Amino acid sequence: MQRPFSPSALRRGLAAAWPICLGYVPIGMALGVLGQKAGLHPLAIGFMSLIVFAGSSQFIAVSMLSSGMPALTIVLTTLVVNLRHLLMSSALAIPFRGQPRGLLTLFAYGVTDESFAVNYPKLLEGNWQIDHALVVNHAANLTWIVSTIAGGYGGQYIPEGAFGIDYALIAMFICLLIFQLRGRVYVLTAIAAGVLAVGLSLLLPGNWHIIVASMLAATMGTILKRQYRRSAE
Amino acid sequence: MMPFGSEYALMIFGMGMVTFVPRWLPLIFLSRRQLPQWLVDWLDFIPVAILSALLAPLLLTSGAGPHLDFGRAELFAALPTFGVAYLTRSLGGTVLAGMLVFWLIRLYWPV
Repeated sequence: MQRPFSPSALRRGLAAAWPICLGYVPIGMALGVLGQKAGLHPLAIGFMSLIVFAGSSQFIAVSMLSSGMPALTIVLTTLVVNLRHLLMSSALAIPFRGQPRGLLTLFAYGVTDESFAVNYPKLLEGNWQIDHALVVNHAANLTWIVSTIAGGYGGQYIPEGAFGIDYALIAMFICLLIFQLRGRVYVLTAIAAGVLAVGLSLLLPGNWHIIVASMLAATMGTILKRQYRRSAE
Repeated sequence: MMPFGSEYALMIFGMGMVTFVPRWLPLIFLSRRQLPQWLVDWLDFIPVAILSALLAPLLLTSGAGPHLDFGRAELFAALPTFGVAYLTRSLGGTVLAGMLVFWLIRLYWPV
């Protein structure tokens, strides 16, 4: 591996990370505003962002706090909401085979839906090392922490939905989904996952629909790939 | 004065622990093993599946108890955004184009 955190790794990492950062600013600020309304000090929100760094479960935690739920319930809900990261980290373990444990631990802290979706295709292409991926994760993390604190101090003065910035992450997911359509089986897997996720989101509580739909669709993709391979032989 | 109490700090550490462990365990253990081919294949379909599973409900459902909704501004803005992503293959360009389209839709066409 080249020298970790060289200027070029920093530059390439940041070039890949900026769409995530752009998307995190309005969401982080919205969380800060909600936290402040729930009676949390902006630094208490920043502390949560630093230790937890998981957007959706932080929103849920703040709303549960403001309705007076016990801490243990909030912790268990956080666990369930973030179980999908098990799948992402498992997928990332393949390109990161044999990497030192220390770097993997540092990297694990920053695994999110967004950083995963940006790093994974680049790792597959090659020419993307763990230090580039670390820059992406930690640039996103830093932006998130600062945005949530800033939201707690003054977010209520910013008009909602300015410049369509609250669409940044959706647009990013759309583009990253397009990047992942690397063949017919991937397209079919994506369609199955989308249909299942929508259907299950109407039935299942919390984020279970994401986990269950992804696992079912990936299983379908694996079976289809086997069959195509077999019929090609 | 501390901006928060020890009970809050304890809850945050609990949340941090249950968030970190699912992110960390597979990276540490699976990166040390030769995985069977079916598992490698399966994990290779996980990203596309997760992205679609995250995205589709954001475009097609609304409300807290969620229900199907085919009239969302998010959905209408998604169509040109998909087009830009497909044609340009540029992440930054797609994000900016998506934001612009969404902003215009909500300004001039309140759905």
